Amino acid sequence: MPDAIQSRDIEDQVDEFEVAVPSPPELMKRRAKSHRGFIIGGSVVIFFLLVAVFAPVLAPFDPYDQDLTRRLIPPVWDAAKGTWEHPFGTDALGRDYLTRLMYGAQISLMIGFFAAAVSAIVGSCIGMIGGYFGGRIDNFVMYLINVKLALPGLLVALSLVSVFGGSILALILILSFLFWDRYAVVTRSVTQQIRVNDYITAAQALGTSRTRIIISEVLPNVMNQIIVIASLEMAVAIIVEAALSFLGLGVQPPTPSWGLLLSEGRSYMFFMPYLINFPGLAIFFLVISINMMGDGIRDITAPEGRN
Amino acid sequence: MNQLMGQFSHPDSDAVPALECRNVGRTFMIKKGIFAEKQPLKAVQDVSLQVNRGEVLAIVGESGCGKTTLAKMLLGLLEPTTGEILLDGEPINSVSIKDIARKVQPVFQDPYSSLNPRKTIEQIISLPLKVHEIGSQASRRARVEEYMRLVGLPKRLIHSYPNQLSGGQRQRVAIARALIMEPKIIVCDEPTSALDVSVQAHILNLLQDLREELNLTYAFISHDLAVVEHLADWVAVMYLGRLIEFGKAVNIFNDPKHPYTRALLDSVLTPDASLGLPEITLGRGLPNPLTPPSGCYFHPRCPEASDQCSAEQPALIKNENRLIECHLYG
Repeated sequence: MPDAIQSRDIEDQVDEFEVAVPSPPELMKRRAKSHRGFIIGGSVVIFFLLVAVFAPVLAPFDPYDQDLTRRLIPPVWDAAKGTWEHPFGTDALGRDYLTRLMYGAQISLMIGFFAAAVSAIVGSCIGMIGGYFGGRIDNFVMYLINVKLALPGLLVALSLVSVFGGSILALILILSFLFWDRYAVVTRSVTQQIRVNDYITAAQALGTSRTRIIISEVLPNVMNQIIVIASLEMAVAIIVEAALSFLGLGVQPPTPSWGLLLSEGRSYMFFMPYLINFPGLAIFFLVISINMMGDGIRDITAPEGRN
Repeated sequence: MNQLMGQFSHPDSDAVPALECRNVGRTFMIKKGIFAEKQPLKAVQDVSLQVNRGEVLAIVGESGCGKTTLAKMLLGLLEPTTGEILLDGEPINSVSIKDIARKVQPVFQDPYSSLNPRKTIEQIISLPLKVHEIGSQASRRARVEEYMRLVGLPKRLIHSYPNQLSGGQRQRVAIARALIMEPKIIVCDEPTSALDVSVQAHILNLLQDLREELNLTYAFISHDLAVVEHLADWVAVMYLGRLIEFGKAVNIFNDPKHPYTRALLDSVLTPDASLGLPEITLGRGLPNPLTPPSGCYFHPRCPEASDQCSAEQPALIKNENRLIECHLYG
């Protein structure tokens, strides 16, 4: 650049005073703090996360320890039989219910998170490639999506589980296979809108590779949608996992999955309703708080609200 | 053809033109419906142009005349189906897109779609350096600040996002991004038409100053003739993908010869409202480029068309101080 360039008249002279401008992460933090849904949802999710991680420390008993002399003790607020030793009571085999619920959070969160993450990666790669390249590649992607949409999800999951078994890894992969299409549909159509923008043309005119354009120019614009879908899908994955376990095709006993707890409690539903209520409430609160957090993330990262 | 162009070069005509198009054409194959056969659409045909270092070439014409296709070819984003484009005498298709990028950079029309809304100004301006792996993080930062100063952007905007900037500021960001690779040629595709009038003047003056300071060559695509008159050294008028008049801006503006150029200049709105809307001497709309008219492409709308015009296509010939494609001057 030539030396002779004099500093041009800058549009306003505020520059001289070096105004302290909050950096983008700083701004993001401020907006997160003022978003009530995000705070509440996030706190509950973090609560479940902490419980899951520290279950071995926090839980009063071993989740697999049976004690048939202490079967079906009701929760502590049952005036007649409740004891503080088992605040949430015990199940039909005399295992401490609070302990099993805490370990159940591990299973639910792990399966929900990894199923959502794996399907997000697979689905958005497929969607962005179809949307960006168009033409035949897009036709092929649409074909894949249509085939997936034509499959009855839960039935396919059931048959796959019966073939591959109910290990946690198998469940994660099967659930990812169920959920990738939503990411693909959304990222594909968003990418189609994005690729006609001039900033993509500008990147192309720089000789940027296509992979790089997709990752660094398209992906940040699709991320919002991916996170929102991921939060919804994580919630759905947790429910589907519970449903599969309830049907006896998911996580196998004696692993304490919430769905399995529901299934085991079913026979005692009318006399010991807490066996159903606790895992049900746990699923309900986890799912709704994940959704609230997802909504919050969307609001916080949306470019419209940055000012 | 090239001899014709040669007569227009500078006194120091030994100099290789910064940018030269030789009979450049681009045909798209368009398919209408699933079973229809593909039809050729000649977006640009047989365009020959040249512009020397430090000069401004304006390409004008109405919507759909192939201006943007030509711009994409100049940027190396589309390959010409016929002819060749030369940068500093080197054919463009013999070098990689990255090498073209070091010489030619674009500034687009709409500053709202030309900046990624998810990236900070620093990320946007430094993208070319990152893609070409130039400098370290710190030196890139310094260079971004230098170019922000060069285009008149306050330093405090470095962490801002595009939506926090005004239209004029955004266009300055786009200009800084184009300049940071130190290209010789800037292809401006209507860089001011999305801005309001007062900002337009700022941006045009900025482009003008930058050209003098950095000895840039502009290929300036526009339909705003007032802007063209203000900036351009050379004017190329296009109609339906063909170059129909090419010459020094002064000559074209003072004495337009092709009936289409005359009509274009007449259609400029005057600030004096009492004069009313300009009387347009052109009939009908733009013909379908899939089925262009016989003979001269312009004859169905030309007020001075004769039988010859509908029968044979005129050739681009030299007439006094310009090149023109019209039977009236044959």
